Amino acid sequence: MAEATVGLVTGASRGIGRAAALALARMGLRVAVGYRSDADAADEVVAKAVADGAEALAVFIDVQREESIDEAFGQVERELGPVRVLVNNAGFSKDGLVAKYGTATWDNTMDVNLRGPFLCSRRALPAMLKARWGRIVNVASVAAIKGNAGQTAYTASKAGLAMFTRSLAREVGGRGITVNAVCPGFVETKMTEVQSEEIRRRYLDLTPAGRFGTPEEVAAVIAFLAGGEAAYVNGAVVAVDGGLSA
Amino acid sequence: MDMNELQTKVCQILAENLSVPQDQVTPQARFQEDLDADSLDLVEAVLALEEEFGVTIPEEEMEGVRTVGQAIQLVADKLGVAA
Repeated sequence: MAEATVGLVTGASRGIGRAAALALARMGLRVAVGYRSDADAADEVVAKAVADGAEALAVFIDVQREESIDEAFGQVERELGPVRVLVNNAGFSKDGLVAKYGTATWDNTMDVNLRGPFLCSRRALPAMLKARWGRIVNVASVAAIKGNAGQTAYTASKAGLAMFTRSLAREVGGRGITVNAVCPGFVETKMTEVQSEEIRRRYLDLTPAGRFGTPEEVAAVIAFLAGGEAAYVNGAVVAVDGGLSA
Repeated sequence: MDMNELQTKVCQILAENLSVPQDQVTPQARFQEDLDADSLDLVEAVLALEEEFGVTIPEEEMEGVRTVGQAIQLVADKLGVAA
């Protein structure tokens, strides 16, 4: 490939998305840093990637809206090139017990965590199919395989994402496109900092590693799956959780 | 563009996308039985036609298309090209 591959990471202004965007940049990709609410943070990620010698761009993308996804992809296509590596990382989580869980919150969780990756993948596929090469990495969660009281929407959406990953892998595997998922365990990010002491303690006790993970440790696996060496890894749902789900 | 040009272009794109010799892509040819196209081949062919002719072919419209001739007609209708 004469020109550097273009990667898009959704929800990349912080946490795992940010770490993934920086990891892809270090791999030599031109990276689109997708953000929805924090443009400044996204700009910082871009600045860091550029300082590391990469070409990067911040792009507003709200995975709940088809038009936003279409605009974002259009912008990336014009400024960097067609997206061949897509990291569906944008995620939403709000805990609550079913008996009192709001419908809107349920819908929101599904929209961001499951429908969003579907919409983004659909938008990315034509270019990948044409190139007979592509990488889609979905950031699921240990919650895709382990239930948690108060997280029915979250776990259901992540389990859905894991199965979406497998089925899509079967659809496009024959075209040099791989679709995989990573399942982070408890990683210290903005999403998990709202968890209570009690929950953190419980996760810690259940994690053989005896500590939480870092965004960089998850990003390392995402980067591997996004690269050329992982061409034979397809439809895999990879736990990156310090042994939590073992 | 007239129907002849359209037909030639559509057949060319289909032949490329389905990896079959162009002489096999006749209006009577059935995608599945004659051209060995699976569902992904068809999706790719439709994407290519959409891109080439600047049209949108939604999923529902793809369902009835079993032959090359039907695909040509579908594109012709969208472009307002008369037979």
